[in-house]
Amino acid sequence: MPTYHLQQLTVRHPGASTAAGARPALRDISLTIEPGEQLALIGPSGAGKTTLLATLACAQRPSDGVFRAFDQDPWALDDSARHRLRAQLFLAPQTPPLPPRQRVITAVMAARLPQWSIWRALASLFKPADPQAAWQALSRFNLGDKLYARVDRLSGGERQRCGLARLLLSPASALLVDEPLSALDPVLSELTLTTLRDEAAARNATLICSLHQVELALAHFPRIVALRAGRIVFDLPRTQVTPQMIAELYQGEAATAPAPAPMPDDRDALAARAGIGACL
Amino acid sequence: MTALPSSLPASLRRDPAWRGRIVACLLALAIVWPMLVVSEFKPWILWDWQSLSATGRFLSDFLVPAHDPEFLLLLLRETWQTVAIATAGLALALLGAIPATLLITDRLSISALGTGRTRLPAQLLRQGVRWLLVLLRSVPELVWALLFVRIIGFGPTAGVLAIALTYCGMLGKVYAEILESSDAHATNTLLANGSGRLAALLYGALPESASELMSYTVYRWECAIRGSVVMGFVGAGGLGQRMDESMKMLAGAEVSAMLLVFVALVALADLFSKILRRRLG
Repeated sequence: MPTYHLQQLTVRHPGASTAAGARPALRDISLTIEPGEQLALIGPSGAGKTTLLATLACAQRPSDGVFRAFDQDPWALDDSARHRLRAQLFLAPQTPPLPPRQRVITAVMAARLPQWSIWRALASLFKPADPQAAWQALSRFNLGDKLYARVDRLSGGERQRCGLARLLLSPASALLVDEPLSALDPVLSELTLTTLRDEAAARNATLICSLHQVELALAHFPRIVALRAGRIVFDLPRTQVTPQMIAELYQGEAATAPAPAPMPDDRDALAARAGIGACL
Repeated sequence: MTALPSSLPASLRRDPAWRGRIVACLLALAIVWPMLVVSEFKPWILWDWQSLSATGRFLSDFLVPAHDPEFLLLLLRETWQTVAIATAGLALALLGAIPATLLITDRLSISALGTGRTRLPAQLLRQGVRWLLVLLRSVPELVWALLFVRIIGFGPTAGVLAIALTYCGMLGKVYAEILESSDAHATNTLLANGSGRLAALLYGALPESASELMSYTVYRWECAIRGSVVMGFVGAGGLGQRMDESMKMLAGAEVSAMLLVFVALVALADLFSKILRRRLG
């Protein structure tokens, strides 16, 4: 039973135009991911990596195609059954979802919320339920000494690792990680990817990780899925990925910024799309 | 490398939001002006010679507040009653407002996750609770107090119930709005990872907006103190009722002593709020 099975999947953002010409965020996505598999999602910015991860996390409803997670169609289930399914997976967004005034230990312990009763959650706000486990998770990212610090005292890279330490405490069997390295230096990047892979391997969890660092993706992940403009460009074992393919994937993403394209004449439509009118 | 043009292109020179903002300003003016006229807003009357002399006479009587021990003891007792009315009223209001907040805030909707739409029954329930809150707060506390004085007679109970009902409506609405205007990222991620509504509130939304919720609650306590004074005039107990009597007896010194107590209470609330905000901030 695969962890995920996607066939001809189309995903539109809620509120996005459904006109014939409008491009959905993702289209024609066919993907099967087995339990325990580790794969990297690569592709230029705006390719749809984050949308794909949100879809896999059942946080974004596909508009068309087949989507099965843990051999179930989450969107055919009722709300509460779908929500129970969500507890089997863990989505770590690119920006760490940590309230600034919260303490690190509370933020990390929040991984256990789906398993806890509300009374347990309340009690843990008063006296953290399992400081030992939180400390171990933080230590694996060199953050053990920040256990009782407040989140707003952490640097950007520390926050990012704190968000990943939360992942270690979650008992989920599918780990979806969105650009875990965006605020980390090369040494910490290596450590972080190794920790994530070890953790996934140790509990035979599926690990899906979107990355901008292609070399790291090729070095750490056996399977590479490349996205561009909402479609899968290739889905191959890393041994079959050639520098040529990588170059083509990022082609047009030139390092020099092009001159701004002329504005469309329909300025009101543009303003409406950007939500400018909303600030009135 | 293509060189960037040195000046803004013609199509970008006009801010697309500009026209809307001008229209909004004119609209606001067009709405506010008739309101000022209708409400007979004429501040210059204050500086009229006749009103100035009346104010002077009144103030001179206020100059030395009443301070004989017997009166002070009475003042203390009535102050305590006022504080008790406000606190008990607010506590009762919270009993209703907190569950109502949990029900109406969109931030905690699980059915909206991934679809952007809440289910119809949930929507109806939310709207129903919203209407209930509108009903509760649209009737001024003074009117509630008059009503309760008729039903249960003179005394602080009427004031407590009146504050509880009106403030339940206000607190529920504003709490929900404070939660909705805070950063959704933490709460959404917790919900997406399968945690329940209450847990997501406790671990995501609450730490984000705890100090705003707190300072609004303390501010409402301050308002409840003031409200209980006004309600005292219709017989709902506390300092207000005493002040009403002093006013009718034209005892300016007593009134001024009571006003000083109000200033002290409001300053106390301010201090309290500041300390709590510093602790939470």
